[in-house]
Amino acid sequence: MPIQLIVYQLLPLKAPLYLMAIKAGFPSPADDYVEKTLDLHEHLIRHPAATFFVRVSGDSMAPLITHGDILVVDRALTPHSGSIVIAAVNGELTVKRLMEQHGSSMLVADNDAYQPIALTPEVDCTLWGVVVHVIRTVA
Amino acid sequence: MWYALVDCNNFYASCEKVCNPALWKRPVVVLSNNDGNVIARCALAKALGIAMGAPFHQCKEIIARHNVAVFSSNYALYGDMSRRVMETLATCAPYVEVYSIDEAFLLCDIPLAEATDYALQVKRRVMQWTGIPVSISMGATKTLAKLANHIAKKRTENGVFILAGDSYCQSLLETIDIAEIWGIGSRYARMLRQHDICNVWQLIHADDSFIKKTMTVVGLRTVYELRGIPCIQWEDAPPPKKAIVSSRSFGSPVTEHAQLKEAAAHYSAIAASKLRRQQGATGAVTVFVSTNPFKDEPQYSSSATVVLDMHSAYTPDIIAAAHTALCSIYRQGYRYKKVGIMLTDIVPSQELSPTLFTCMINYEKRYRLMQALDSVNRQHGRGTVYFASEGVVRPWSMRRRYLSPRYTTHWDEIPIVT
Repeated sequence: MPIQLIVYQLLPLKAPLYLMAIKAGFPSPADDYVEKTLDLHEHLIRHPAATFFVRVSGDSMAPLITHGDILVVDRALTPHSGSIVIAAVNGELTVKRLMEQHGSSMLVADNDAYQPIALTPEVDCTLWGVVVHVIRTVA
Repeated sequence: MWYALVDCNNFYASCEKVCNPALWKRPVVVLSNNDGNVIARCALAKALGIAMGAPFHQCKEIIARHNVAVFSSNYALYGDMSRRVMETLATCAPYVEVYSIDEAFLLCDIPLAEATDYALQVKRRVMQWTGIPVSISMGATKTLAKLANHIAKKRTENGVFILAGDSYCQSLLETIDIAEIWGIGSRYARMLRQHDICNVWQLIHADDSFIKKTMTVVGLRTVYELRGIPCIQWEDAPPPKKAIVSSRSFGSPVTEHAQLKEAAAHYSAIAASKLRRQQGATGAVTVFVSTNPFKDEPQYSSSATVVLDMHSAYTPDIIAAAHTALCSIYRQGYRYKKVGIMLTDIVPSQELSPTLFTCMINYEKRYRLMQALDSVNRQHGRGTVYFASEGVVRPWSMRRRYLSPRYTTHWDEIPIVT
């Protein structure tokens, strides 16, 4: 598997660090070539107003998503069949895969040990957001 | 051009519900600082008859009987949800003016025939993106949009009302009391009623010279706005605050000078970080203290101001000034209920110029230190790094017994999904 090395900094770059800007002389010819460092936020978040972070408890979506992972959830996206979604079921937030077939919808766990939840009018379920990234600490 | 007013419904209570679906079908109330009074109620709690501003201890019975969820105010959460709502609105209109934590004006360039559809779309988007329900009202001016909001909330099913075209008519405007008009206070409302001007329609048709004589040009501007002529300026960004106040009541009364000093240092640090956020520097630090006027015990309240040698946004300068001011007003033998800090004479920090006496100070080092402090506290939550003089245990801190998690601003408190 190819490994891509991304150098990033966790603190987004803020305003210059000088209290009083001094404007004198010619601008440095290098100014045009200054690269800002990569901001992971910019890479992971398309809709800042609609993006929430949640933490996973349990293994219902293993092996793709495991206990302790942080999920980046975008509420601006419309889920389609196969999307991993956060849904509110019986007053709790849960992460499952949305599956649509023959006009009916189900919330399915990737882990076979869990039963799918058919989304019928009797079930108290609201889709809350679409999972776009999984953040897992490995070291 | 139309002005739209977007108003979040029961904002604080709605914020509590977004990340906690267990509350979606339960009545929710939010309490003021120190858990004193009810300051927000969701629709279910309103239906139970819990009044706005009701003292918490008087509602305990109804709260227990109906399983009402109670929360202390969680301003970290409300502030972040407000930012999300405003950012979402910025994707819907070319101009957004944030009017308060839960209200914004939009300027929209759409034909009247499409106004209702547009408003419904904005409402749907804010709900989908942020989970916050809003009401939207529109009119030809800000005053009309604000007036229409009253109708959107009280008289519509979908929370959308356009006060323009066919709806801008005598039969509707006659039913709205003048007290509902933005900018007409109770004194003017009483005076107008004495002149048989009781509803919006009558005020629109009042005589200009009479209005100008009795309500000055400001009142006339309001009447023009009601007639559909925009007179109130558009403010893209709120102007930087001229004064910053940081103050809270204590959870339990404080008598010791040392504890008051801790609290004063703590509120100074909060005020200083607000000051730096607006890139300002302060020239005067005021401290005020007071006992509890509702208790039958010796009363004392006072304030003192220290003028700084030069403007500063450096927390240690501000804490030192606050301590000097506090020393001059502290009196032994009182049970203090409140201490607060006010920063005034605020100027933009880039307008400061070094003087003969100030060039000795290493500004850059101070500035970097404050930047590091603010950046750590922004990333990891307020109070991650603080000055020792702010105290560690803080026995004086306010009561917030029912605080919900800071779902969106603290890594340790983000929602759990199963």
